[in-house]
This record gives sequence, C-alpha cells and structure tokens, in this order.
Amino acid sequence: MTTELNPVAKSAIRINQADNVATLLDDVEAGSVTIRGPQPPLEIRAVEPIARGHKIALMSLEAGQPVVKFGVPIGLSTAPIQRGQWVHLHNCRSRLDQRSGTLDVKTGAATDTPYA
Amino acid sequence: MLETQWQGYLRSDGRKGIRNLIVVVYTVECASFVAHAIARNEDDVHVIGFPGCYDNAYAIRQMLALITHPNVGACLAVGLGCEYTQPAKLADAAAASGRPAEWFYIQDAGGTNPGIARGKAALASLRARIAGVQKVPMGWSDLTIGAECGGSDGTSGLAGNPVVGKCFDLLVDRGGSAVFEEVVEMIGLRDVLRSRAAGPHASRQLESAYDKAEEYCRDVRQYSISPGNFAGGLTTIEEKSMGAFAKSGSRPIQGVVRVSEPLPHPGLWILDSVPDPHFMQFGYTNPNDSEGIIDLICAGAQMVLFITGRGSVIGSPIAPLIKVTGNSNTFSRMSDDMDFDAGAILDGRQTLDEAGLSLLMLVREVAAGRPSKPEALGHREYFLTYKHQQTPSLAAGCRA
Repeated sequence: MTTELNPVAKSAIRINQADNVATLLDDVEAGSVTIRGPQPPLEIRAVEPIARGHKIALMSLEAGQPVVKFGVPIGLSTAPIQRGQWVHLHNCRSRLDQRSGTLDVKTGAATDTPYA
Repeated sequence: MLETQWQGYLRSDGRKGIRNLIVVVYTVECASFVAHAIARNEDDVHVIGFPGCYDNAYAIRQMLALITHPNVGACLAVGLGCEYTQPAKLADAAAASGRPAEWFYIQDAGGTNPGIARGKAALASLRARIAGVQKVPMGWSDLTIGAECGGSDGTSGLAGNPVVGKCFDLLVDRGGSAVFEEVVEMIGLRDVLRSRAAGPHASRQLESAYDKAEEYCRDVRQYSISPGNFAGGLTTIEEKSMGAFAKSGSRPIQGVVRVSEPLPHPGLWILDSVPDPHFMQFGYTNPNDSEGIIDLICAGAQMVLFITGRGSVIGSPIAPLIKVTGNSNTFSRMSDDMDFDAGAILDGRQTLDEAGLSLLMLVREVAAGRPSKPEALGHREYFLTYKHQQTPSLAAGCRA
C-alpha cells in the first residue's frame, strides 16, 4: 500500500533471482523504481516512461542476449539495452514466433497483414 | 477449515456432482433455436450442441462426456431430423449411464412451436425423475477442477495464475484432481515441463504433447498470443507461456489426457487439445476461451477457474466458472463478473499462500451450491467444433 501513499515510490516485481528484467506494478515516468521480489528491495532508475505490466531492464544487455524472466529465457535482445530501459517488442524478440518482430510496439497490432 | 465436506449428487459411476442439471443437447445448428427456446427460463437446464450437419467423432466424444458429466442428472437430445449426428444414440448413452434421457426430431414434432412444447414437457418429466437423486457427502478428493486463462495481461503471470497454482497445490495435496490445458501456451517450456513430470511415462507424454504443439504452431505460423497481450506488456510467447504455466502450481504432473478422456487417477494433469494430423486438416487448436473451458469440463471438471487480467464476460454450461483476476482495477471495473481479486498479492494485502487458501474456500462455497458470478448472471457460453484427435477409447466410426 506504500506505493499508493507515496506516488514517488513506484515498484516493480522481479520474479526469480536469475531475472534480468522486472515487471512494473505502476506506470512510471523516468525516475526511481523499487524492485521487489525474492531479494532485498533495490532502487533503480527508469530512463524512460514505462507502463504498468511492462518490463524494465535490471542490467545492461548487448544485442542477441537472453532476456530472462521467471528464471527462464523469454526471448533475445535485438538491440543493446541499457539498465533502466523499457524492454518490449522494439528490443526483444521470441526465439520461436517469427511474427513477434513485426508488431507495433504501442498496440501490439500486426503490421505485416495487408488491408488493401 | 480444510477438512470439510458438503453435499453432492451421487452418479452411477461413483463420481459426484456439485449441481443436478438437465442438459439439452442439439445435434445440428438447425436445431439450436428450438433447443435454446426449450431451456429458456429454466434455471436448472443448460444447453450444448454441435453446429455441423456432417458428424465428427471428436465432437461426439465431447457431447457424450458432457451429457454424462457428474453435474448432469438428465439429458434431452434434440435433432432436426436429417443430420448425421444421431440424437437417439446420445440419449441411449445417457440412459446407459443411469441418467433419465429423452430425444426427438423437430421435423417429427411438427416444427418450432410444437417442438418447443414437446421439449418443455420432456423437461418436466425429466426433472421429476431426478428430484430424488441420492445426495451424499462430498470432499476435496471427489473434486476435479479445471483452469484456463484468457484475456491475459502483465498481472496474469504475476498474480492470477500463481494464486490458481497455489489453490491447485492445496487441492492435489488433499487427494483432489486438477487439470489445465493450453499446451500451445507452453511453447518454449520443454525443459520446464520435463522437470515437472511425475515419472518417466509422464515425461514421455509431456515431451510428445509439447513437440506436437510446437510443430503445430510453426506450421500454422500462429502462436497463442494476441495484440491485447502485447499491449498489456507481454513481449513473447515464451513469456506468456511461463505466466500461463504458473497456474499449474508446483506439484508433479501425472501425465497428459486428450479431449473427452477421463483422468486416470487423482492429481495434476495436462489436457492436450491440439489437433492431430488428419486428411481434412480441420481444427484450430484454441479457437476461443469457451472451447478450452468446454474441453476441461469434458475431462470431468465440476468447476473451472478462469484467469483473466484484462477482464472477460463469459461463463460456461454444466460446470460453474469462477473468474479470477490478478488486476485489481479489472476486479473493481467489472465487479459483477469477477469472483476473485488475486491482485491483493501484488500490493502486499495478501501473501500468495493466503490468497491460494481464500480461493480454495471460494471453490468450496461454489461446490456447496453458491452460484459463481457468471453462473448467477446466466452466462452459459459453449463452443464445440470439428477437430480430430487419435483417441482410441471409442469404437471407430463417424469418420474418425
């Protein structure tokens, strides 16, 4: 409940200690985020606005590295990602789903289907 | 609190129901209007049916599983009169399971209004015949619960599904049965699945079901993830898979059953609803949420937990649906539809253990007769479709 009393203290959950991303529980602007989870709380700085339910990088990654959540790789980075950055369709792709790189980063809508 | 019993309805095969319903089953889309009109304003009557005229062994197995489900006391089968699927044979199967059953063709009855009148009369007779069905004490070990998710968002894998997983652990530890499906939402998790297998046989079943699902998704170029999921923060099918898989809890997986097969023994099971190769190539694996829920009910689930982060307004016939959301905003925005707010574990109002236990207590109340939210609203959505699976338990026929 402290997250609601203090609007500055935004939080995110890291599910497994092997994870290099955490999931935001609040919408954040650039600024401080408290990472909760299996380890003691940790403060990191979001470098851009990130929406609730989306992921923040807990460490910097080169392109082509596994993005780890729940303790397992959920995809590969497609560009360098810095600590505190938003991790989503623009910089992470599935190792299986070939369409995942073609989706609109805001809406998730497919961009590879012709409508005319 | 956990050593509890309630009253259920004893069926001839020893299974126990938490409801005593009459099911109206129609055998072609042409009979669906009359079937629904027969059931209108009858609280204890639910409708299912198959739209195709040409019959399909998979769909017939589903109808047989549904009309002999533990929550069903009696069956009325309604056909038009010229379709392949035989209402008389469905009624015979229900009768052979000890359930009062009737059937008729609408063409013989004289059309819409005489058909409705004939059906209403049949309901009155069937209801009288099941009023005296034996009520017996029922506990966790008599219960099978299904879990399905739909309309997932970033909270589903963090709260909604883990709370259902915890509830599954509590149920399985008390001798109950739990079943979940969506093998296409386990894509990327081959090693995780193997690590959960109860033994070598289960491990082989899990690998084989996984490999079929991954090949299927690669072939049709469709993974079980949608624009709404991406907008909610999920980035890949692997990420969605891990979140979806959290609803399985932590207990060993006993093996894989196919659609309409009963669970061989209590414990935690995976239901494989992915089509097998067939010359017709019909059948999308998960065309919609209602189809998946019906598959779980066909496995004998007396109740299904449905996890939805974004919110959903479906229900189910035969087995009550309990709606769980990990998103407290969704819970308050759609409060008439949502049964359980698992979002309490995200802001520290409850621990995962506490929330799992509260959900199990809600399961108990619904098992004892309290209507779930979708049940009270009258939601009875169902979806039966053409599909093919190699399931050897029925005699071949009907273009298996």
